[in-house]
Order: sequence, then C-alpha cells, then structure tokens
Amino acid sequence: MSKPTKSQGDFYQRDRRWHPPALDRNYKTSVARSPQFPLISLENTPSEITGPTFGHNDIAATDNDLLNNFASPGESPIGERIIVHGRVLDENARPVPNTLVEIWQANASGRYRHKKDKYLGAIDPNFGGCGRTMTDEDGYYYFRTVKPGAYPWRNWVNDWRPAHIHVSVFGTGFAQRLITQLYFEGDPLIARCPIVQSIPDPEAVEQLVARLDLNATIPLDTIAYKFDIVLRGRRSTLFENRLEGN
Amino acid sequence: MVQKLNFLKETPSQTAGPYVHIGLAPGAAGFEIYDQELGHDIAGPNAAGERIRVEGLVIDGIGSPVKDVLLEAWQANANGVYAHPEHAGPDHTHTVDEGFRGWGRVITDFDSGEWAFDTVKPGPVMGRNGQMMAPHINLWIVARGINVGLNTRIYFEDEAEANTADPIINLIEWEKRRATLIAKRDMRDGKVVYRFDIRLQGEDETVFFDI
Ligand SMILES: [Fe+3]
Repeated sequence: MSKPTKSQGDFYQRDRRWHPPALDRNYKTSVARSPQFPLISLENTPSEITGPTFGHNDIAATDNDLLNNFASPGESPIGERIIVHGRVLDENARPVPNTLVEIWQANASGRYRHKKDKYLGAIDPNFGGCGRTMTDEDGYYYFRTVKPGAYPWRNWVNDWRPAHIHVSVFGTGFAQRLITQLYFEGDPLIARCPIVQSIPDPEAVEQLVARLDLNATIPLDTIAYKFDIVLRGRRSTLFENRLEGN
Repeated sequence: MVQKLNFLKETPSQTAGPYVHIGLAPGAAGFEIYDQELGHDIAGPNAAGERIRVEGLVIDGIGSPVKDVLLEAWQANANGVYAHPEHAGPDHTHTVDEGFRGWGRVITDFDSGEWAFDTVKPGPVMGRNGQMMAPHINLWIVARGINVGLNTRIYFEDEAEANTADPIINLIEWEKRRATLIAKRDMRDGKVVYRFDIRLQGEDETVFFDI
C-alpha cells in the first residue's frame, strides 16, 4: 500500500452556479455549442485525480517575458509595460506549486497575432502574445507583458471585449483543468461584456478582475497587476479508503 | 451571522475564445515562438502497447463541424498506469516508460474541422470500490462558445465486455446515449484508427461529465 498523505481525497465538487452556464443567449456562439442534456456527475477516480505534470525542461526560463520573447534584439513591443503576478491556490488556500500557467493576449492595439484575426488594429512586429511559466514552491508566478487593447467582436452589432488576458492552468489533477480570462480593474467594458456577464454572480466576476498593485511595480519601468487563481480543493479523506468501500 | 468556513471559491471559467491557438498551439496560429510546443507526443517512442490513432470531428447543434476547438487527452499507459506521482497501478508498484506523458493537445483543422492524435491504447484502470474501468482516454474540450471546458471519455469498440462492466458507462441512465462514448475501430494503411465524433448538442449529443 502507498503511504497515506494528507491530500489524497476527492476534489470538492465544482460549484456550477459560480461558473457561467453552458448556454447564454447573449453570448450567441454558445447557443449551438452548449450541451442540452445534463452533465453526468462522476465521483473522482484515478482518471480525474491524476493529471499531467510538467518540468522546467518543458519550457524556457524566458517564456514568461512577453516584452522580450518575440521582440527583435534591442526592441520592445508598443504599449503599457505591465507585470501580471499572483499565486495559484486551491480552495483550501494552499499553494499549488510547480504547475504550468499559460497565457495569451492581443497586443496594445487589440490585435492578435493569429492568421484568423482580421481586425484593423496593427500587428506589432515585436509582440507574439503568448507566454508560459511554472509556479514556484509557494504557488507564485509572474509574467511581463504589455496591457492588451480592447477589441470589437461580432456578437451584438457593437460589442467590444474589455482588455483581457487568457489564462490556462493545470493543477495536480485533470479535474482541476481550467481556462479563464483576466480583466483589469476599472475597465468600463467589463460590465457590458456578454462573455463576462454570462457569469451570474457579481462576486464571481470580481474574482476575474486583476487589481492594480503599486507595491509590485518597478518604479519608472513597469506597472503591476495582481491576479490570484484558485483551483478546486481536495478532501483530506483518503482516496484509498474509499477504494475499499469506506 | 453564522461563522465563516473560509474556503476560497474556484476561479470562474471563461471561454478559450477563437484564438486559443496563440497561447496553446502558436504554430497553428501562424508563428514560431517556443523551442518546443507541448502536447504533441502523448506516448513517446518507448511505450509498450498497441499504437493507435484516434480521430474525429466536433459537431455543433446545427450539424456543422466546429473549426476552432482545442482538445486535451489524458490517459493511462497500456498497463493502466497514469504518469502521475499518486498513481502506480492497482498494486502500487508500476511506473511508466520514459517519455510516456499520457497527455496530449490537438486542435481541429481550420478547414475541415478534423482532429487526430497518435498514442498507445490504454489499459484498464482500477476505479472506485475495487471496480475495474474499461480502457478509456479522458478528453477535455474547449472552444469559442464553450463557457466551461467539457469533459468526456473515449472508450473502445473492441472492448465490448469491459465496456459492459464499466462503472462509469453504467452510470448513464439513458442506455441509448452510452454509444456516444464508444470509438469505432478501423484499419487504414495497416494502422489502427479509431473514429470518435463529438456532438455538442442534439438528439445524439455526446455524454459529458461533471467530474
Ligand atoms: Fe480574447
């Protein structure tokens, strides 16, 4: 038998009322892409409790620096230089160490470096728009980038996405897998965005708004925003016991 | 007021959007930035087991292929062992072959909507209460218009007996819907190919799980 450790229980169930529903008519693309039958609830098995692990040889140390990871030598992308930093925690407020965090975003003019993005905003020759990093032993991560611009999208006639950074996190089990979006404090478009507002609880929306963090800025250099990410927590009850029917 | 429990709330999910490729598959977005993109090789060159390809479409409620999907696969090796520190098979002694990650990431083709990945066929995995689960690949699906990533499982047509006994398949009360989780086996150019089309909506909607 493996030695019991503290965190081998099931994940706490996902609070589906805290997340956006699959179908929100104001977010038109969801209409034909949302399952209509209820999800089948599964208690965790090893298939959900385990998940991929990554190491420092999977990524480069500079992958978290979007100011540099695509720029020509000696050049920088246009835009407000920002630090985005925070911790990945679980619902028990314990840090999630050594987990992969990936981000992607538009440049300062709201344009993505993507062959399908045809927006008028200019491509920035020095900005790729993606980064990735591993959290440290305290669950801490940080990126350097530029603040993305708002961009228009076809939903209602005149919809604009608030400035946002897409964020992907793994955690320790496949059941914790999460993709979300980070917004910026004070953006008036947050309250008008059908994608943001598909989240029913205003407090849950607030959880996606990164806060200006002057203490983490680099004076005369880079302004900072703090964004903590919370993944599902786990029961301390041993999974092993349950396998034997306890 | 009653006392507070002081648990944190999980960060709410948001759609991966149409440009998910930039972050998770930048080569497909049209540029090279990383030394290596992750998720291209699930099993590695050394893993034992039958080499298979799994492919399909993701189809929306109108019957059209969805062409901006990202799928992630998570599976055990041919002995039913996950490449994870908390799993070493039913008797806690197994390891996986070097290079076997058990995780992969693919996108749907921009023109056809087809996706495919190459791997080894997983073995059965011990589930809860000593009940063996039939060989399966766990799948996570994100795209524009999908607000929370969808979880499903790929089972294999040629494992009929194990599938009949599988505790997860048997949870699905609508017996008719169980077939949506079974990949069809075929041979093409001497290779084993499983077909697994995913229907997001409609009468034959794929079974998705709240894990
Ligand atoms: Fe976006």
